[in-house]
Amino acid sequence: MRPFRYQRATGAEAAVATLASSPGARYLGGGTNLVDLMKLGVERPELLVDVTALPHTAVEDLPGGGLLIGAAVRGAELAAHPAVLDRCPAIAQALLAGASGQLRNAATVGGNLLQRTRCPYFQDPGKPCNKREPGTGCPAREGAHRHLAVLGASPHCVATHPGDLAVALTALDAAVRVRGPEGTRTVPLTALHRLPGDRPERDTVLDHGDLITHVELGPVPEAAGSVFRSARDRAAFSFALVSVAAALEVDRGFVRRVRLAFGGVAARPWRARAAEDRLLGSPATAEAFARAVDTELAPAEPLRDNAFKVPLLRALTVRTLLELAGRSPGAGERPPEEP
Amino acid sequence: MTDPESGPARRPAPDCSPGGGPPPGAGGGARHAGALGEPVIRLEGREKVTGAARYAADHAAEVPLEDRAYAWPVPATIARGRILSVDPGPALAGPGVVAVLSHENAPRLTDADDATLLVLQSPRVAHRGQCVALAVAETLEAARAAAAAVRVVYEAEPHDAAFRPDHPGLYAPDTANAGEATDRIHGDPDRAYEEARFRVEAEYLVPPLHNHPLEPHAATARWSGGRLRVYDSSQGTTVVGRTLATLFGLAEESVTVVSEHVGGGFGSKGTPRPHVVLAALAARETGRPVTLALPRMLLPSLTGHRPFTAHRVRLGADGEGRLTSLEHAVTTYSSTVAEYTEQAATPGRHLYAVPNSRTTHRVTRLDVATPSWMRAPGGCPGAFALESALDELAVACELDPVELRLRNDTAEEPDSGLPYSSRRLADCLRSGADRFGWWGRDPRPGTRTEGRLLIGTGVASSTHPALAQPAVAEAHAAPGGGYRVRIAAADIGTGARTVLTQIAADALGAPLDRVRVEIGASDLPPAPVAGGSTGTASWGWAVHQACRELLYALAEHGGAPPEAGLTVRADTTEEIAAVSDAWARRAFGAQFAEVAVDMDTGATRVRRLLGVFATGRILNPRTARSQFVGGMIMGLGMGLTEHSALDPEFGDFTEQDLAAYHVAGCADVVDVQAYWLPEEDSRLNPMGAKGIGEIGIVGTAAAITSAVYHATGIRVRELPVLPERLLPGLAEWQRAVVV
Repeated sequence: MRPFRYQRATGAEAAVATLASSPGARYLGGGTNLVDLMKLGVERPELLVDVTALPHTAVEDLPGGGLLIGAAVRGAELAAHPAVLDRCPAIAQALLAGASGQLRNAATVGGNLLQRTRCPYFQDPGKPCNKREPGTGCPAREGAHRHLAVLGASPHCVATHPGDLAVALTALDAAVRVRGPEGTRTVPLTALHRLPGDRPERDTVLDHGDLITHVELGPVPEAAGSVFRSARDRAAFSFALVSVAAALEVDRGFVRRVRLAFGGVAARPWRARAAEDRLLGSPATAEAFARAVDTELAPAEPLRDNAFKVPLLRALTVRTLLELAGRSPGAGERPPEEP
Repeated sequence: MTDPESGPARRPAPDCSPGGGPPPGAGGGARHAGALGEPVIRLEGREKVTGAARYAADHAAEVPLEDRAYAWPVPATIARGRILSVDPGPALAGPGVVAVLSHENAPRLTDADDATLLVLQSPRVAHRGQCVALAVAETLEAARAAAAAVRVVYEAEPHDAAFRPDHPGLYAPDTANAGEATDRIHGDPDRAYEEARFRVEAEYLVPPLHNHPLEPHAATARWSGGRLRVYDSSQGTTVVGRTLATLFGLAEESVTVVSEHVGGGFGSKGTPRPHVVLAALAARETGRPVTLALPRMLLPSLTGHRPFTAHRVRLGADGEGRLTSLEHAVTTYSSTVAEYTEQAATPGRHLYAVPNSRTTHRVTRLDVATPSWMRAPGGCPGAFALESALDELAVACELDPVELRLRNDTAEEPDSGLPYSSRRLADCLRSGADRFGWWGRDPRPGTRTEGRLLIGTGVASSTHPALAQPAVAEAHAAPGGGYRVRIAAADIGTGARTVLTQIAADALGAPLDRVRVEIGASDLPPAPVAGGSTGTASWGWAVHQACRELLYALAEHGGAPPEAGLTVRADTTEEIAAVSDAWARRAFGAQFAEVAVDMDTGATRVRRLLGVFATGRILNPRTARSQFVGGMIMGLGMGLTEHSALDPEFGDFTEQDLAAYHVAGCADVVDVQAYWLPEEDSRLNPMGAKGIGEIGIVGTAAAITSAVYHATGIRVRELPVLPERLLPGLAEWQRAVVV
């Protein structure tokens, strides 16, 4: 048997100190991904430090209407939280679009953000994978990559971040509070996950020992109308082929505020800044929405079997923005849509 | 889902066994509740839902857990070549590791005419994932870690794991699976096609599909005094016992195989699979009872799968839509270990009247895992192709797809020329159309929308052989009035145990609770597997026969058994050999589907699925409905969600677990209804029943893709219906795609 030790952390500081002094240690949340990877032989920790008993299990109000979400809050609990449903429904929708009821009962918010790619080569220790074993190569480029990245990939890796929650949080400018050996800091969601470059083994900017303690969500007025939509291969319990999280405010037919993030297209949730910039002040029409998405996706470099993600994401985004425009208070005054 | 036509079938069953006439005491008295045709609840249902039912890796009472060792296979990491060395050292150094078996030290096996079972016998590697070593340890976890620590050095050779319809290695096998003829030609199909008023020619592709029963292939093996006892997850203990006896050079009676409960098989447990041989090898080598439950990710490479099939279909029809020419050419692959040719060109030999036809199979051998049976082998992927082509022909002829099929109905089997013993395909189509609300359908595609959804409907025919195989059953009358029936049948979740009890009670004229049926062990009278939709017909025939003969024997004893009880044994070999070959025997049905396609994302959902079947007498409406509905749900998965891909670089399948291989989930299954028509057929078996385990899946995928065509105008000829196969065609529906 491959033995490992298990500890239940009683304090964040001690947990961080333990990790910092044990290169072979990992934090354990709900275990819905890490334990699977241990069974597959992809992860071989010597020590698991269970952080689910740390006092990061509440969803609290922040001044001004923001939320402080404990990293050990379970996905199911967050998805049903009244403040989330009220102030940022995209987060609840993203959670409910992923996994199954059983998994959501176990999985934690922090663990969800740090889940690994489901690239089939990454999950099979019998095959090369630069993310799992740097320098061994990336068979996905020529092989099975239907689910993999069209944006921000590198010759070394085309993995996608598989999660939905991170996409919604990215659109809403959330940040994670991180406690590390050197103290605490705040990392915006948009800066948490890394693009692979030539270091695909590093999923995030976190260092060994860094512990996500909370997700911080500032007051975002338009988040109350935010939505998350995904396209999947079956009606439930499958990873998003592509997903979109969006919030939109329309004033007299023109886009006044917009937030847009894409999932399923890159190694990190993809904040669509170029699309947002293009949309601000533009008419809230399908054509403008499509042009904005195309601007964002212009640098896309799809592979043989995932090129469909580009038109799929465009169609899903246009539909989602039209839906939001339709319910925006200023929608009644928007210019008539072209046929 | 109440259905006047779906009620209990009439009793008593027509008697087609020689000797005729009711036996004394049978059928004359009051009928008993729970007899044949009643919706009896599964006898083992309570055990199953409470967790008391024992599966192959259970049986703690017989094989104490503390005595057991656990095995974990080491899969080959090359697709072709040979093993130069196996170093078990690092694995054996681990705590609790008992042994590492490989071709270098494993006990020798005798060929049992299935090369996939000659595990750990040679350094040859024929496909990635082949078991090249087996770690045995005190715990499952230790075995898994030990397997990962075994060092295998290979000499890899160039491999070919890329199938294509024009693969240079294609050849004509002697026969296709199930003994089906490789080629059948009638008339002059080429000339008839050229002269046809309407013509359709198209290619269809069905990807590799995996059976993935919920219970993985598992076995617990124990040797004692030269005898082997195995608890196996199997669709038939008789064949597993005989095969193990051959492999290990034992007398048949020295091997006992028990499959008390089985968590699904769908064909993948229809013959012995490598796991049971590995468990027996490990138990022999270590002197310990050994449990081996295959990890999910090894199922695709070790337990068989439905291979990729490529179909070229040409149909020609006259001005009335009557088929004048039918051609169905199938290409597929097998492994280098064993030949298996999915008999996917066969539906055209049975479904429609057509004077000129050519149906052919070609197979090539790749360096991949060996394919095998999966629910309705051949007929299911074949029907997808043929029934899709029928739908295309209906469009070409401007005929309603139901009407087109009705015009091509036949009372004689087109291939054999034999009359059907019964065939109610046309009635299934009409009844289904009535129930589904088909009539008056606007055939134009893309004419029904609901918001951003495109709605469409489709139909397909289904057929499956109605066969029976010889079996032996034993019936025993105890002095107190109770009965015991024994037969090595298998209940893989179908309700076989329950239905056989009903058949016995019916034949004996006894209440259900006086009859105990023992199944699921190879030391019971020998029986064929639960496969080919033949189980109930084959076992039921023997059970019926044994019970009748018991009544005769009892009559000779004055109606009551002697103190020791009375036992008779019936073997149906002669009866089945005497079955008239003047008739073609098949089950028929029709599936109707309504789909909704999201015009933006291409997401496709089946809103309604309705099947009507004519399958002889329905013996238990409750478990029968479950079989029909289950088959249709599996067909829904085939149509929309299930697909696997051979990875040409590595030679294995990309989809190795249930997160990646998408079996339809509850959210995908909205409204599935199954109905059946009363059908009396005295030329089948004493129960008048046709098998029902497979026909539900047969036409379902074609009904779904035809509905997608009706919804969108897009013909999906490669399964499943994925967004990327619809998006290009949906562009015109999207408001702002082109900028």
